[in-house]
Formats: sequence, structure tokens, C-alpha cells
Amino acid sequence: MPTEFTPIAALVGGLLIGAAVLVLFHTLGRIAGISGMISGAFRKATPGAERAWRFAFLGGLLLGPVMANQLSGQSLIQASPASLPVLVFAGLAVGLGTGMANGCTSGHGVCGVSRLSPRSVVATGVFMAFGFLTASIGRHLVGG
Amino acid sequence: MNLAKVLSALAAGVLFGAGLALAGMTNPHKVLNFLDVTRHWDPSLALVMGAAIPVSALTFWLARRRGRPLFGPRFWLPTSRALERPLWIGSALFGIGWGLGGYCPGPAVASLTQPGPGLLGFLAAMGAGLLLSGRAAKLVAHQA
Repeated sequence: MPTEFTPIAALVGGLLIGAAVLVLFHTLGRIAGISGMISGAFRKATPGAERAWRFAFLGGLLLGPVMANQLSGQSLIQASPASLPVLVFAGLAVGLGTGMANGCTSGHGVCGVSRLSPRSVVATGVFMAFGFLTASIGRHLVGG
Repeated sequence: MNLAKVLSALAAGVLFGAGLALAGMTNPHKVLNFLDVTRHWDPSLALVMGAAIPVSALTFWLARRRGRPLFGPRFWLPTSRALERPLWIGSALFGIGWGLGGYCPGPAVASLTQPGPGLLGFLAAMGAGLLLSGRAAKLVAHQA
């Protein structure tokens, strides 16, 4: 399905994501990396107080789009066009991959790249390259 | 449990979620149209990172001028600079999963208020992947 180029919304959204990074780092001293946040929230070894703020962040992550929907009057949340088996495979790859690499689009792609961390620059280059290759070529082969 | 910490994390989560939604990242069609350059290419998402990264850079620059965050004892930053095998392989796997479904971890969680079978299948598999990722990382790290 074609989508429109939305430069202003993209820039505003990006600024808000940046603002979230700023708030979390300057209040709690933590990096806003989502895959790490999920692992930390559900890991047994995480102490209660450390678990609480992670769940609060994840709760906010659910609340944010609902508020954005209200403000913009649009349905900003859409379902993926990929089939259920493809999405299950994709989810497994994303979970395994971000866990092995200790970060995803947020922790490596935004926070790490902005600090010029060599690990994050490598991770971001690799996942962007494989993302482009998969969506441009691979996805059409599996009929997605 | 510290209320200030929980409220700060909640605020950061709301900003992050609203940013993702406004940016179009909770619409996998838009993500896939960015990653797939062969069809209806939509470059919007490049601007999301283009706006988020400078604010994130400012965050870490400002943090260097203060000793500790408002509600925590210290700043937590990853210190490892090792470019080991799980980082490369994990990021490649993540890119493949992202390019297939159009979901990375943040937008997938942020879409949970409008769950469908595809999203739930993706998230369940992602959780399983995260759980197994430690073992997978050890496995690939030890291969010669």
C-alpha cells in the first residue's frame, strides 16, 4: 500500500523521540533503548524498584500513540501487511537479533549513533542494510 | 519505589510512543515503504532519525556537564567497544525481521492498544527470541 511522504510529521515525531531520550537520561540516567527495557522489565533478576520504572516507561509507550491519535484525529496505528507465519518468524528474528546485539533502532540507532559508539554505528549500519535488502528483495520472494 | 522515577519514566514513555506514532512508525506500511526502495519509496523515516539523533546528541553532551541525573545516583552508559560476532549476526537477524514485518521492538509494543493476531504473534515470538538470545549469543561467540 503506498504511503505519502510526510516530512513535517516525521521531523516532529523524531523530535519527540529525542525528547524522550533526554527526559529518561536526565532524570534516571538511563538510555531509552526499547529491547533492553523489555528484557530488563521481565528478567527475574531485576529488583522491584528497577522493574517499576521500566514498566512505567512501557506503559507510557502504549499511552503515547493513543494520545497522538486523539490529538491528530488520525488512526496512527496500523496492522502489518505481512501474514501471521511471516510475522512470527520476523518476531523471532527481531527478538533474537536485538538481544544478541544488545540493542535495536532506539538504543543503537538513535542513542548509540548520537554518541558515536563504534558498536552502535556497526549495529545500525548492519540492521539498516539487512532491512533494506530484506524489504526490497527478500520480502517479495516469500510473497510478503 | 520512587514516585519521581516512575513518573519520569512514564513521561518519557509517553513522549516516545507519541513520537513513534506521529512519525508513522506504528504504521508498518510506512516502515516497509521506507525499507523497500523498489516500489512506493517513502523516505519519511530518514527524517525521524535525522531529528531524533541531534536531540539525543544534545542529551549526552548536556549530561557531561552534570555529575548525576535528577533522580538517580549516576548515569548508565554502555562502555563495551568490542565488535564481537553476536553484534554483527544479531544486527543482521534484526534487520531481516524488521524488513519482513515492518516492526522493530518500540513500534510493536506501542501498537499493543490495537492488537491483531499478527501483532500478537510477532510480540510473542519476539519475547521468545529475547529470552533465547543470551544462549544464541554464546553459541555464535564460541564458534571459530
